[in-house]
Amino acid sequence: MSIEFKNVDYVYAPGTPFQTQGLADISFKIEKGSFVAIAGHTGSGKSTLMQHFDGLLLPSKGKITIAGDPINANTSSKSLKAIRKKVGLVFQFPENQLFEETVLKDVMFGPLNFGFSEQKAKEQAVEWIKKVGLSEDMMDKSPFELSGGQMRRVAIAGVMAYEPEILCLDEPAAGLDPEGQKQMFEIFKEYQRAGHTVILISHNMDDISEYADDMLVLDHGHLIKHASPQEIFSDQEWVKKHYLDEPATSRLTRELQKGGFQFSEMPLTIESLVSKVANELKKKGDMDE
Amino acid sequence: MSKIIIGRYIPGNSIVYKMDPRGKIIATFLFIVIIFLANNWVSYFFLSIFTLLAVWATKLKPKVFWDGVKPLIWLILFTSVLQLFFTTGGKVYWHWGVFNISEYGIQNSIFIFIRFVMIILTSTVLTLTTTSLEIADGMEWILKPLGYLKVPVAQIALVMSIALRFVPTLLDQTVRIMNAQRARGADFNSGGLIKRIHSIIPILIPLFISSLTVAIDLATAMEARGYREGAKRTRYRVLKWSKYDWINLGYFALLTLILLLTRTY
Repeated sequence: MSIEFKNVDYVYAPGTPFQTQGLADISFKIEKGSFVAIAGHTGSGKSTLMQHFDGLLLPSKGKITIAGDPINANTSSKSLKAIRKKVGLVFQFPENQLFEETVLKDVMFGPLNFGFSEQKAKEQAVEWIKKVGLSEDMMDKSPFELSGGQMRRVAIAGVMAYEPEILCLDEPAAGLDPEGQKQMFEIFKEYQRAGHTVILISHNMDDISEYADDMLVLDHGHLIKHASPQEIFSDQEWVKKHYLDEPATSRLTRELQKGGFQFSEMPLTIESLVSKVANELKKKGDMDE
Repeated sequence: MSKIIIGRYIPGNSIVYKMDPRGKIIATFLFIVIIFLANNWVSYFFLSIFTLLAVWATKLKPKVFWDGVKPLIWLILFTSVLQLFFTTGGKVYWHWGVFNISEYGIQNSIFIFIRFVMIILTSTVLTLTTTSLEIADGMEWILKPLGYLKVPVAQIALVMSIALRFVPTLLDQTVRIMNAQRARGADFNSGGLIKRIHSIIPILIPLFISSLTVAIDLATAMEARGYREGAKRTRYRVLKWSKYDWINLGYFALLTLILLLTRTY
């Protein structure tokens, strides 16, 4: 169920005056069950890369293997449906894709397309509507009566309801309130723990450091680094050089280091930072006594 | 969608780009009118020269223009072939039932073919070298006399420029929505006619909703920036008539004269 890219190139509008290189010679492998972040500034090819995960774009050159299925320049649209069932794509502002009369029907749209029975689709939809934090009485409402945040949840439920093995998220929390953001990320993390692969595109380094365990950094269509967030954010020079932000935790860690705190490795989540600081303080306290 | 070249603007820097959109629009419209004046080989020869000059003056690659003609090639060939088989008169070369190939038939089908290609080429010259905003400004100026008939020209012009401004945005939005629904398993390219019409709903409804949302937001933003309906407004984009426009219209008048002359003699 891994994802593998081998020398993938993608060219937009080949042979026209608008020809541009979207991706250039991308190779990497993502293991099953990992939480991968894709970072890079605007126009670096993140969204182009994401659309390759379920064959919305076919590579101009090179080969992709998604959960055992190959995709290349000549893959037919028929075989893509099987791939799309395995890969769930949540686009930026997914609330724009709602169209059915009721929330329930909208969430059932995906499962029904992928051959679930009416009964099963409904069960799945009900389950995921609850899981994303919507109450049961919303199911029969029109999605257009809901608030922006609620619509976002419906849209995300609509993708997760067919339980894809690989879930790709493009800035899923953009525009949500802090509480809602945290809630959504907990759902995604939970989904990963259940054995699925989660891929997150984000500008927010705090989210990446908190949740991801693997990271791809893109720049002008090139993959410039594939490493753990730990490794990437430890090299502060490199992060700065490539115009990436730094997560708040690593910034705080450095400030603490200046003040004499010792860290064996850079803590990236708030929890690990807190426990490490607490440990240090305890040690100090012990020594003082 | 990316293959369609009609209505596309390609940035460039030749003389045609420096011309006033008003001149280009008027010339293009009149060209389509006077093309029907042509009725013999000499007049078609001059028409072709004029068109090719216009195409050459854009300094764009010929392939771009070929892309403009390509999607319509079947319509052009179909019409020409109909002309070829169903026109009578002159020497008859071949004959079977209602079909016949005659001297006039051959001539007419060639004329029709040239006429189509000329119209497509000149309108492609206009759209390739003029931004949609320039076209809207030019149209506003051309429509101005209608103001005397109480036609709200300024409003129409505003509607036009907003509409043109949102064509690329809506196209992007359409592609994005299609992709999102495709990712959820929607299939737009298979099944019978009814099924295909049905499959448009997941694209159309979100598109309507987002257009209405954009319209409301834009109206609020315009009002917040001081827009009032019917209030007197100044212009930021000013159209400027250059010497190239006189030359263009001069050539055009010359062509009209030649066509009229070849018609009478």
